[in-house]
Amino acid sequence: MESLVIAGKNYSSRLLLGTGKYRDFAQTRAAVDASGAQIITVAIRRTNIGQNPGEPNLLDVLPPSQFTLLPNTAGCYTAADAVRTLRLARELLDGHALVKLEVLGDQKTLFPDVVATIEAAKILVKDGFDVMVYTSDDPIIARQLEDIGCVAIMPLASLIGSGMGILNPWNLQIIIDNARVPVIVDAGVGTASDATIAMELGCDGVLMNTAVASARDPVLMASAMRKAVEAGREAWLAGRMPKKVYKASPSSPAEGMFTGTQPPAANS
Amino acid sequence: MQLTINGQQQSYDGPLNVQQLIEKLSLQNKRIAIERNGEIIPRSQFPEQLLNEGDQLEIIVAVGGG
Repeated sequence: MESLVIAGKNYSSRLLLGTGKYRDFAQTRAAVDASGAQIITVAIRRTNIGQNPGEPNLLDVLPPSQFTLLPNTAGCYTAADAVRTLRLARELLDGHALVKLEVLGDQKTLFPDVVATIEAAKILVKDGFDVMVYTSDDPIIARQLEDIGCVAIMPLASLIGSGMGILNPWNLQIIIDNARVPVIVDAGVGTASDATIAMELGCDGVLMNTAVASARDPVLMASAMRKAVEAGREAWLAGRMPKKVYKASPSSPAEGMFTGTQPPAANS
Repeated sequence: MQLTINGQQQSYDGPLNVQQLIEKLSLQNKRIAIERNGEIIPRSQFPEQLLNEGDQLEIIVAVGGG
Protein backbone atom coordinates (compact mmCIF):
# COMPACT_ATOMS: atom_id res chain seq x y z
CA MET A 1 0.00 0.00 0.00
CA GLU A 2 1.58 3.28 -1.04
CA SER A 3 1.57 5.80 1.78
CA LEU A 4 1.96 9.47 2.40
CA VAL A 5 5.26 10.05 4.17
CA ILE A 6 5.64 13.18 6.26
CA ALA A 7 8.74 13.76 8.37
CA GLY A 8 9.60 10.07 8.10
CA LYS A 9 6.21 8.78 9.27
CA ASN A 10 3.87 6.80 7.00
CA TYR A 11 0.17 7.56 6.69
CA SER A 12 -2.30 5.45 4.72
CA SER A 13 -4.83 8.33 4.57
CA ARG A 14 -4.15 11.34 2.37
CA LEU A 15 -7.02 13.33 3.84
CA LEU A 16 -6.09 15.63 6.71
CA LEU A 17 -9.05 16.95 8.66
CA GLY A 18 -9.59 20.05 10.77
CA THR A 19 -11.62 19.87 13.97
CA GLY A 20 -13.23 23.33 13.99
CA LYS A 21 -16.88 24.37 13.55
CA TYR A 22 -18.53 21.01 14.38
CA ARG A 23 -21.72 20.94 16.45
CA ASP A 24 -20.05 19.14 19.34
CA PHE A 25 -17.18 16.78 20.12
CA ALA A 26 -19.29 13.72 19.30
CA GLN A 27 -19.86 15.02 15.77
CA THR A 28 -16.19 15.95 15.49
CA ARG A 29 -15.16 12.41 16.35
CA ALA A 30 -17.77 10.84 14.05
CA ALA A 31 -16.58 13.00 11.14
CA VAL A 32 -12.94 12.15 11.82
CA ASP A 33 -13.78 8.45 11.87
CA ALA A 34 -15.83 8.65 8.67
CA SER A 35 -13.04 10.57 6.92
CA GLY A 36 -10.39 8.01 7.80
CA ALA A 37 -8.04 10.93 8.55
CA GLN A 38 -5.00 10.13 10.64
CA ILE A 39 -3.65 13.67 10.84
CA ILE A 40 -6.00 16.03 12.66
CA THR A 41 -5.47 19.75 13.09
CA VAL A 42 -6.17 21.51 16.38
CA ALA A 43 -5.94 25.14 17.48
CA ILE A 44 -4.29 26.43 20.65
CA ARG A 45 -6.35 28.76 22.83
CA ARG A 46 -6.75 29.98 26.40
CA THR A 47 -8.58 27.56 28.65
CA ASN A 48 -11.68 28.74 30.49
CA ILE A 49 -10.84 29.83 34.01
CA GLY A 50 -13.37 29.10 36.71
CA GLN A 51 -16.13 28.09 34.30
CA ASN A 52 -17.25 24.52 33.63
CA PRO A 53 -14.37 22.73 35.34
CA GLY A 54 -15.78 19.37 34.19
CA GLU A 55 -15.94 20.49 30.56
CA PRO A 56 -14.68 17.80 28.11
CA ASN A 57 -11.35 18.35 26.41
CA LEU A 58 -10.82 17.85 22.68
CA LEU A 59 -7.80 15.67 23.38
CA ASP A 60 -10.00 13.27 25.36
CA VAL A 61 -12.14 12.81 22.23
CA LEU A 62 -9.18 12.67 19.83
CA PRO A 63 -6.36 11.19 21.90
CA PRO A 64 -2.80 11.68 20.66
CA SER A 65 -2.32 7.92 21.08
CA GLN A 66 -4.76 7.34 18.20
CA PHE A 67 -4.16 10.33 15.92
CA THR A 68 -1.31 12.52 14.78
CA LEU A 69 -2.36 15.88 16.13
CA LEU A 70 -1.29 18.85 14.08
CA PRO A 71 -1.39 22.03 16.16
CA ASN A 72 -1.94 25.12 14.01
CA THR A 73 -1.26 28.82 14.36
CA ALA A 74 -4.63 29.97 13.07
CA GLY A 75 -5.30 33.52 14.15
CA CYS A 76 -1.62 34.50 14.27
CA TYR A 77 -0.65 37.57 12.26
CA THR A 78 3.04 37.78 13.21
CA ALA A 79 5.94 35.34 13.06
CA ALA A 80 6.55 35.85 16.80
CA ASP A 81 2.96 34.91 17.70
CA ALA A 82 3.11 31.80 15.53
CA VAL A 83 6.40 30.63 17.04
CA ARG A 84 5.13 31.29 20.57
CA THR A 85 1.93 29.34 19.87
CA LEU A 86 3.76 26.31 18.51
CA ARG A 87 6.25 26.21 21.37
CA LEU A 88 3.31 26.05 23.77
CA ALA A 89 1.71 23.38 21.59
CA ARG A 90 4.89 21.31 21.76
CA GLU A 91 4.83 21.50 25.56
CA LEU A 92 1.11 20.62 25.56
CA LEU A 93 1.71 17.58 23.34
CA ASP A 94 4.77 16.27 25.20
CA GLY A 95 7.45 17.34 22.74
CA HIS A 96 5.50 16.57 19.56
CA ALA A 97 7.39 18.24 16.68
CA LEU A 98 4.95 18.11 13.73
CA VAL A 99 3.10 21.42 13.37
CA LYS A 100 1.09 23.47 10.90
CA LEU A 101 2.45 26.96 10.44
CA GLU A 102 0.21 29.69 9.11
CA VAL A 103 0.83 33.40 9.46
CA LEU A 104 -2.10 35.36 8.18
CA GLY A 105 -1.99 38.68 6.38
CA ASP A 106 -5.44 40.12 6.97
CA GLN A 107 -8.77 39.21 8.48
CA LYS A 108 -10.82 39.72 5.36
CA THR A 109 -9.02 37.23 3.12
CA LEU A 110 -6.98 35.20 5.64
CA PHE A 111 -4.37 35.23 2.91
CA PRO A 112 -0.97 34.12 4.21
CA ASP A 113 1.67 36.75 4.93
CA VAL A 114 4.39 34.86 3.13
CA VAL A 115 7.22 37.10 4.32
CA ALA A 116 6.29 36.53 7.97
CA THR A 117 5.65 32.85 7.20
CA ILE A 118 9.21 32.46 5.89
CA GLU A 119 10.58 34.25 8.96
CA ALA A 120 8.65 31.95 11.32
CA ALA A 121 9.56 28.82 9.33
CA LYS A 122 13.27 29.57 9.68
CA ILE A 123 12.98 29.93 13.47
CA LEU A 124 10.84 26.80 13.85
CA VAL A 125 13.00 24.55 11.66
CA LYS A 126 16.09 25.68 13.57
CA ASP A 127 14.24 24.93 16.81
CA GLY A 128 13.64 21.31 15.74
CA PHE A 129 10.03 21.50 14.56
CA ASP A 130 8.74 19.52 11.57
CA VAL A 131 6.91 22.32 9.81
CA MET A 132 3.98 21.80 7.47
CA VAL A 133 3.40 25.23 6.06
CA TYR A 134 0.29 26.96 4.75
CA THR A 135 1.18 29.28 1.92
CA SER A 136 -0.10 30.98 -1.20
CA ASP A 137 0.03 29.17 -4.53
CA ASP A 138 3.24 30.99 -5.47
CA PRO A 139 5.77 28.42 -6.73
CA ILE A 140 8.77 30.57 -5.79
CA ILE A 141 7.63 30.98 -2.17
CA ALA A 142 6.86 27.24 -2.08
CA ARG A 143 10.41 26.48 -3.18
CA GLN A 144 11.88 28.87 -0.62
CA LEU A 145 9.86 27.25 2.18
CA GLU A 146 11.08 23.85 1.05
CA ASP A 147 14.69 25.10 0.97
CA ILE A 148 14.29 26.32 4.57
CA GLY A 149 13.47 22.74 5.53
CA CYS A 150 9.67 22.60 5.79
CA VAL A 151 8.46 18.98 5.65
CA ALA A 152 5.31 19.70 3.62
CA ILE A 153 4.17 22.61 1.47
CA MET A 154 0.48 23.43 1.82
CA PRO A 155 -0.71 25.90 -0.80
CA LEU A 156 -4.24 27.23 -0.72
CA ALA A 157 -6.68 26.20 -3.44
CA SER A 158 -8.80 29.26 -2.65
CA LEU A 159 -9.48 31.35 0.48
CA ILE A 160 -9.78 29.58 3.85
CA GLY A 161 -13.38 28.62 4.50
CA SER A 162 -14.57 29.88 1.09
CA GLY A 163 -15.42 26.53 -0.48
CA MET A 164 -14.49 28.01 -3.87
CA GLY A 165 -12.48 24.99 -4.98
CA ILE A 166 -9.27 24.82 -7.01
CA LEU A 167 -8.98 28.28 -8.58
CA ASN A 168 -5.49 28.01 -10.03
CA PRO A 169 -4.66 24.42 -10.94
CA TRP A 170 -1.76 25.56 -13.11
CA ASN A 171 0.12 27.14 -10.22
CA LEU A 172 -0.52 24.07 -8.09
CA GLN A 173 0.83 21.95 -10.92
CA ILE A 174 4.06 23.94 -11.01
CA ILE A 175 4.46 23.63 -7.24
CA ILE A 176 3.84 19.87 -7.39
CA ASP A 177 6.25 19.37 -10.29
CA ASN A 178 9.03 21.26 -8.47
CA ALA A 179 8.55 19.89 -4.95
CA ARG A 180 10.67 17.20 -3.29
CA VAL A 181 8.45 17.20 -0.18
CA PRO A 182 4.73 16.41 0.00
CA VAL A 183 2.39 19.06 -1.40
CA ILE A 184 -0.93 19.21 0.41
CA VAL A 185 -3.72 21.47 -0.74
CA ASP A 186 -4.88 23.35 2.32
CA ALA A 187 -7.94 25.59 2.20
CA GLY A 188 -10.65 26.24 -0.34
CA VAL A 189 -12.01 22.75 -0.98
CA GLY A 190 -15.82 22.94 -1.03
CA THR A 191 -17.05 19.54 -2.13
CA ALA A 192 -15.83 16.08 -3.05
CA SER A 193 -14.97 16.85 -6.68
CA ASP A 194 -12.62 19.64 -5.53
CA ALA A 195 -10.66 17.14 -3.45
CA THR A 196 -10.53 14.73 -6.38
CA ILE A 197 -9.28 17.45 -8.73
CA ALA A 198 -6.51 18.32 -6.27
CA MET A 199 -5.42 14.70 -6.07
CA GLU A 200 -5.65 14.25 -9.85
CA LEU A 201 -3.20 17.12 -10.21
CA GLY A 202 -0.73 15.01 -8.24
CA CYS A 203 -1.09 16.55 -4.78
CA ASP A 204 0.08 14.25 -2.01
CA GLY A 205 -2.88 15.07 0.20
CA VAL A 206 -5.71 17.47 0.98
CA LEU A 207 -6.37 19.29 4.24
CA MET A 208 -9.88 20.55 4.85
CA ASN A 209 -12.23 21.58 7.61
CA THR A 210 -15.15 23.80 6.63
CA ALA A 211 -16.13 21.67 3.61
CA VAL A 212 -16.90 18.87 6.05
CA ALA A 213 -18.01 20.79 9.16
CA SER A 214 -20.34 23.14 7.27
CA ALA A 215 -21.95 20.46 5.10
CA ARG A 216 -25.59 19.76 5.92
CA ASP A 217 -24.49 16.30 7.06
CA PRO A 218 -20.84 16.60 8.11
CA VAL A 219 -20.31 12.91 8.81
CA LEU A 220 -21.64 11.90 5.37
CA MET A 221 -19.49 14.56 3.72
CA ALA A 222 -16.46 13.26 5.62
CA SER A 223 -17.14 9.84 4.09
CA ALA A 224 -17.53 11.41 0.63
CA MET A 225 -14.22 13.23 1.04
CA ARG A 226 -12.45 10.04 1.99
CA LYS A 227 -13.64 8.43 -1.26
CA ALA A 228 -12.92 11.58 -3.28
CA VAL A 229 -9.31 11.73 -2.11
CA GLU A 230 -8.83 8.01 -2.72
CA ALA A 231 -10.44 8.24 -6.18
CA GLY A 232 -8.29 11.21 -7.17
CA ARG A 233 -5.14 9.49 -5.97
CA GLU A 234 -5.92 6.29 -7.85
CA ALA A 235 -6.76 8.24 -11.01
CA TRP A 236 -3.44 10.09 -10.76
CA LEU A 237 -1.53 6.84 -10.22
CA ALA A 238 -3.41 5.19 -13.08
CA GLY A 239 -2.53 8.04 -15.43
CA ARG A 240 -5.48 9.55 -17.26
CA MET A 241 -5.97 9.16 -21.01
CA PRO A 242 -4.85 12.08 -23.15
CA LYS A 243 -7.51 14.66 -23.95
CA LYS A 244 -8.44 14.62 -27.65
CA VAL A 245 -10.29 17.76 -28.59
CA TYR A 246 -12.23 17.35 -31.91
CA LYS A 247 -11.09 13.76 -32.24
CA ALA A 248 -13.77 11.29 -31.20
CA SER A 249 -12.75 7.66 -30.97
CA PRO A 250 -15.44 4.95 -30.75
CA SER A 251 -15.10 2.37 -28.03
CA SER A 252 -16.83 -0.27 -30.21
CA PRO A 253 -15.37 -1.77 -33.42
CA ALA A 254 -15.95 0.17 -36.67
CA GLU A 255 -15.72 -3.07 -38.67
CA GLY A 256 -18.43 -5.74 -39.00
CA MET A 257 -21.39 -3.35 -39.22
CA PHE A 258 -24.37 -5.22 -40.82
CA THR A 259 -26.70 -2.26 -41.37
CA GLY A 260 -24.90 -1.13 -44.52
CA THR A 261 -25.56 2.58 -43.98
CA GLN A 262 -22.51 4.79 -44.50
CA PRO A 263 -21.96 7.42 -41.79
CA PRO A 264 -22.59 10.96 -42.95
CA ALA A 265 -19.44 12.96 -43.81
CA ALA A 266 -18.24 15.30 -41.08
CA ASN A 267 -18.01 19.03 -41.76
CA SER A 268 -14.40 19.87 -42.50
CA MET B 1 -0.85 38.12 45.60
CA GLN B 2 -2.18 39.48 42.30
CA LEU B 3 -1.83 37.24 39.23
CA THR B 4 -3.07 37.80 35.71
CA ILE B 5 -4.37 34.50 34.37
CA ASN B 6 -5.49 34.41 30.75
CA GLY B 7 -5.98 38.15 30.87
CA GLN B 8 -8.04 38.13 34.09
CA GLN B 9 -6.87 39.65 37.39
CA GLN B 10 -6.98 37.07 40.19
CA SER B 11 -6.03 37.31 43.85
CA TYR B 12 -4.46 34.44 45.81
CA ASP B 13 -2.83 33.93 49.19
CA GLY B 14 0.86 33.17 48.83
CA PRO B 15 3.12 31.34 48.81
CA LEU B 16 1.70 29.37 45.91
CA ASN B 17 3.38 27.12 43.39
CA VAL B 18 2.11 26.38 39.89
CA GLN B 19 0.81 22.92 40.82
CA GLN B 20 -1.23 24.38 43.69
CA LEU B 21 -2.66 27.06 41.40
CA ILE B 22 -3.72 24.41 38.88
CA GLU B 23 -5.53 22.55 41.63
CA LYS B 24 -7.29 25.72 42.78
CA LEU B 25 -8.45 26.21 39.18
CA SER B 26 -9.63 22.54 38.98
CA LEU B 27 -7.29 21.99 36.04
CA GLN B 28 -5.33 19.11 37.52
CA ASN B 29 -5.16 16.07 35.20
CA LYS B 30 -6.20 18.28 32.27
CA ARG B 31 -4.05 18.55 29.18
CA ILE B 32 -2.80 22.10 29.48
CA ALA B 33 0.40 24.04 28.96
CA ILE B 34 1.45 27.12 30.88
CA GLU B 35 3.47 30.18 30.02
CA ARG B 36 4.63 32.60 32.71
CA ASN B 37 5.72 36.09 31.65
CA GLY B 38 6.31 34.75 28.15
CA GLU B 39 8.34 31.69 29.24
CA ILE B 40 6.99 28.14 29.06
CA ILE B 41 6.97 26.28 32.38
CA PRO B 42 7.66 22.58 31.72
CA ARG B 43 5.02 20.36 33.32
CA SER B 44 7.67 18.57 35.37
CA GLN B 45 8.48 21.87 37.10
CA PHE B 46 4.92 22.77 38.20
CA PRO B 47 5.46 21.71 41.84
CA GLU B 48 8.70 23.63 42.28
CA GLN B 49 7.87 26.88 40.48
CA LEU B 50 6.69 29.48 42.99
CA LEU B 51 4.43 32.21 41.68
CA ASN B 52 5.35 35.84 42.23
CA GLU B 53 3.31 39.01 42.62
CA GLY B 54 2.27 40.34 39.22
CA ASP B 55 3.01 37.16 37.26
CA GLN B 56 1.24 36.99 33.92
CA LEU B 57 0.12 33.44 33.16
CA GLU B 58 -1.32 31.94 30.03
CA ILE B 59 -2.94 28.53 30.42
CA ILE B 60 -3.73 26.97 27.07
CA VAL B 61 -5.51 23.90 25.71
CA ALA B 62 -6.12 22.34 22.32
CA VAL B 63 -9.47 23.29 20.78
CA GLY B 64 -11.16 22.51 17.49
CA GLY B 65 -9.52 24.26 14.56
CA GLY B 66 -8.57 23.83 10.94
